[in-house]
Amino acid sequence: MKINEKSVEHVARLARLHLDPNDLKIMTSQMDAILGYVDKLNELDTDGVEPMAHAVPMSNAFREDEIGRSLKIERALQNAPVADETCFKVPKVIE
Amino acid sequence: MKFHDLTIQEMRQKLRAGDLTSVDLTKACLERIKATDGELNAFITLCEDEALAAAAEADQQIKAGNTGMLTGIPIAVKDIFNTLDVRTTCGSKILDNYISPYDATAVIKLREQGAVIVGKLNMDEFAMGSSNENSAAGAVHNPWDTERVPGGSSGGSAAAVAAGQVVATLGTDTGGSVRQPASHCGVVGLKPTYGRVSRYGVVAFASSLDQVGPLAGNVEDCALMLGVVAGYDPADSTSVDCPVPDYLENLNGGVAGKKIGLPQEYFIDGLDPEIKQAVDAAIETYRQLGAEIVKVSLPHTDYSVACYYLIAMAEASSNLARYDGVRFGLRRDSGEGLTGMYQQTRSAGFGDEVKRRIMLGTYALSSGYYDAYYLKAQKVRTLIRKDFLKAFEQVDLLLTPVAPTPAFKIGEMVDDPLQMYLSDIFTIPTNLAGTCAMSFPCGFSTDGLPIGLQLIGKPFAENEMLQAAYAFEQATDWNKRVPEL
Repeated sequence: MKINEKSVEHVARLARLHLDPNDLKIMTSQMDAILGYVDKLNELDTDGVEPMAHAVPMSNAFREDEIGRSLKIERALQNAPVADETCFKVPKVIE
Repeated sequence: MKFHDLTIQEMRQKLRAGDLTSVDLTKACLERIKATDGELNAFITLCEDEALAAAAEADQQIKAGNTGMLTGIPIAVKDIFNTLDVRTTCGSKILDNYISPYDATAVIKLREQGAVIVGKLNMDEFAMGSSNENSAAGAVHNPWDTERVPGGSSGGSAAAVAAGQVVATLGTDTGGSVRQPASHCGVVGLKPTYGRVSRYGVVAFASSLDQVGPLAGNVEDCALMLGVVAGYDPADSTSVDCPVPDYLENLNGGVAGKKIGLPQEYFIDGLDPEIKQAVDAAIETYRQLGAEIVKVSLPHTDYSVACYYLIAMAEASSNLARYDGVRFGLRRDSGEGLTGMYQQTRSAGFGDEVKRRIMLGTYALSSGYYDAYYLKAQKVRTLIRKDFLKAFEQVDLLLTPVAPTPAFKIGEMVDDPLQMYLSDIFTIPTNLAGTCAMSFPCGFSTDGLPIGLQLIGKPFAENEMLQAAYAFEQATDWNKRVPEL
């Protein structure tokens, strides 16, 4: 076993997902199979190989620190599930 | 009126000659969609009023002599592209009510050339899938056999072109999501070099792999579409600032004297015999057209699926953290605080495949596992890219199958996600390496299902790849066949 239900539950908490007991069981067995498969990468010796983050060589893209075009506030809020004046509203964070 | 057998170039001629108006063309296109989409489910949203208004405007422009590359021509885009004031669901329940407040750069470029956007195409949720079965809007059906999948994740984009609903579409390709459905539906689909097309306004799945790509009924139309959307965009810092050639010029350059490599690792035992036969025949065609065929090796091919899924899932888990019920999309809140709201929203809004990938990606990035999974995969990715660069020192292009089998039946693979991932083996490596690749028809199975051929080009050598595809298309008539609908 690469992974058990307890660690899958922990990962679900990190990912802000809730899994009911049946989903947890299925997820554990599917993740176990997939993690078992990707283990094949360990057959390769990658000592001294540079990790590749992007498909083309890339450095930071800088620009002048000037105000550019951006969405108007009402546009940015148009899809908000709950908004209040110029703010997105969330459930109370601090009791 | 019936226009669905015309190409973009034929439509352009008729529009300019005054034989046809964009309003008539757009109406015919909308009628064709309505007549066929009950069976196919290729569209998530139709933009009827907006399209007819844009068509009327295009007719004015044509009269005034102001024509772009796509003036008056009905086009549709995958529902992953933000389109101003139109719903963009990305095939997900979590974005069911999301109305884009802006246009993606690729969509702006289509509009600048006068395209009439008729609607948004069905897809696997957040582009995660190889069959278009993972859509909150329901599965898409293959126009050649409606019991079969169209491929994915751009299944709607491929099915719509195959069925003559629209003449060309845009999709996205993270691990084969343009090429594999193009192959299964018998159309032409191209994944440009990473950085060739702006991803601004395209809902992100795996940012180091995602690329926008066109689908069309023939190579010339596909080249035209690529020319419209390609180019540097300051709004996407991963787009590359190098000139866009005229892909239509020299399209008939041919393949005489070109070296085409056959990667030995792609011609494996698991390959469907009918696909092998069709690809072998295509190799023979290229030989007759004057290309030199040589065997090459991409030794790390067997590791590409594992490498790809680790990287794609890790990036997805990070990109999809934004769906939290705060700024847009679904919110579920039964009063259990902020974290409770996040959990309820995401659990209710995401489908099973998306959850599975977020879980695996979160695991691969989590403390204690990062080096063993994500970093390891990034190192293997370097080895895979080096394979390609080395092969391209010997040859101009690589030729391979697109998928190990023709389109499978709807429901056949849904319970076995790993098996589904393995079916992407021939398309994934090019996304990891960042090169360009395309799929176009090279035959049919005895069941009448299309078979695609893949050409892989050097980075930013789309023109050379298109020339080779065009030469094949001129020498054969596979793309003349259309499904009965």
